[in-house]
Amino acid sequence: MMLTDLTIAQAQAGLRAKTFSAEELALAHLHAIETLNPRLNAYITVNHARAMDQARAADAALAAGQGRALTGIPLAIKDLFCTEGVRTTAGSKMLEPFVPPYESTVTAQLLRDGAVFLGKANLDEFAMGSSNMTSAFGPVENPWKRLQNADAVLVPGGSSGGSAAAVAARIAMGATGTDTGGSIRQPASFCGIAGIKPTYGRCSRWGVVAFASSLDQPGPLARTVEDCAILLESMSGYDPKDSTSANLPVPDFQAACRRGVKGLRIGVPREYRIDGMPGEIEALWRQGMDWLRDAGAEIVDVSLPHTKYGLPTYYIVAPAECSSNLARYDGVRFGLRADGGDLRDLYERTRAAGFGAEVRRRILIGTYVLSAGYYDAYYLRAQKVRALLLKDFTDVFTQVDALLVPTAPSAAFAQGENMDDPIKMYLNDAFTIPASMAGVPGMSVPAGLDADGLPLGLQIIGKPFDEETVFAVAAEIERSAGIVALPSVRAGA
Amino acid sequence: MALDPTTVRRIATLARIRVEDNEIATLQGELNGILGWIEQLNEVDVEGIAPLTGAAAMAMAMRDDVVTDGGYPEQILANAPDRNGAFYAVPKVVE
Repeated sequence: MMLTDLTIAQAQAGLRAKTFSAEELALAHLHAIETLNPRLNAYITVNHARAMDQARAADAALAAGQGRALTGIPLAIKDLFCTEGVRTTAGSKMLEPFVPPYESTVTAQLLRDGAVFLGKANLDEFAMGSSNMTSAFGPVENPWKRLQNADAVLVPGGSSGGSAAAVAARIAMGATGTDTGGSIRQPASFCGIAGIKPTYGRCSRWGVVAFASSLDQPGPLARTVEDCAILLESMSGYDPKDSTSANLPVPDFQAACRRGVKGLRIGVPREYRIDGMPGEIEALWRQGMDWLRDAGAEIVDVSLPHTKYGLPTYYIVAPAECSSNLARYDGVRFGLRADGGDLRDLYERTRAAGFGAEVRRRILIGTYVLSAGYYDAYYLRAQKVRALLLKDFTDVFTQVDALLVPTAPSAAFAQGENMDDPIKMYLNDAFTIPASMAGVPGMSVPAGLDADGLPLGLQIIGKPFDEETVFAVAAEIERSAGIVALPSVRAGA
Repeated sequence: MALDPTTVRRIATLARIRVEDNEIATLQGELNGILGWIEQLNEVDVEGIAPLTGAAAMAMAMRDDVVTDGGYPEQILANAPDRNGAFYAVPKVVE
């Protein structure tokens, strides 16, 4: 077995037993990145020297018996997390020259626990997109290929597309992502890996480039459910610097993966059966119910009546918050500046040059729905529908312990598909957005392959701050699915 | 509520994004497509529903009103596109 094939849990054991060193582990990944990244474009920035320094420090800590939870574990960091002294672009021309003078709380905690940062992962510009096609640093290639027509270049999903592709291709052992409307779960599903958006407030947003602050939530992507649990434990916890950070203890997520599902009540919301959903996804969903039933859970038919309004509500709330958050990019304090005749001209030219088409569209929509005369009709109404979406979940969680739904309405599509109409792209997130709007945790776990040989994920949605049940159910599905297929583009292949 | 070209220009001005004349028609079509699709929210009965501003089910934390950070202008200005001493520099605003 190659070092790049190990899970985080296996690598932890190997490092402790001195079967290999952190330096060897980092080098194996850095070599694989050199070979594969020119093609996959999963990393915007690779930190060879810094990663090797961190790996040597990890070996020293291990030798001194001071290993921590992630000592020597090589990770990819979504390029939305500010990393001190390492350029952080948010996938935008606007931040192309930006080198943060500080470290985000989540990445600081990963470093505290000994992680090695291989580099900064590609993403949709300012995390706005579902295909990684909006990145100013070019698209990312999904390492999976269709059985027929293997030449088609598929998208990794988005916005954490670089993170998901890097983990699937084994050029990172795990990765950080952020999820505003599905940006961890949908790429995890498209790339055949696991990813969890924890409860809003579980991970600090401090130092994460803001998109929609009432929705943004960091979380991990990894090849197994247990690896996600290991990473989330390090990333979680109260941070006084984020006013929405939850002051709650961090549970033992790894132990929760071994709980099993016996006696759990798992809800299946009928509103997620939408027209035009491929039969294979419907069948996989049923298979997931059977697996959980066989493992001792009870499957319960439930209703989340406002589900179909999640997407249009999101496309008012998220652009409104984005138009406000992205007002800071004015060409004065940091980032790109375009010359202008006067200050206002400088603002307008800087923002025209720095933002791509999708970001500009969302800022304009957000500006409109917040503008005088339209605020009540759009923004206020959306906030009221959001209250109803939350009530749907609150009601249903009095009857069940967790929900099982598909992660996305399709497998990975090809670059160029769904590009002609913004709404077609938005529909990708129909199954992930309701949990985002309600702030509840959601996890995608690989559950099967479609007829083209592409991975499909199932999503487990849990009660607020009950990621433990989500991990228990996801681990059960992972065990039952027993997927052995690997992406065709990967380290050592 | 379909947007006309004047409204598209007005929104772009409010958002401080320069939009060229030849981009207006495309933007108008895209924005109207999205806004038309959003109109389905009008079907929902929201009578008496309190708006939800965020997903954090908690009271906002308070802290002592004291300075806890600052005093490092070089770090703050390190990313400035243009500076003059310890200040950000911009084109002349007042004649």
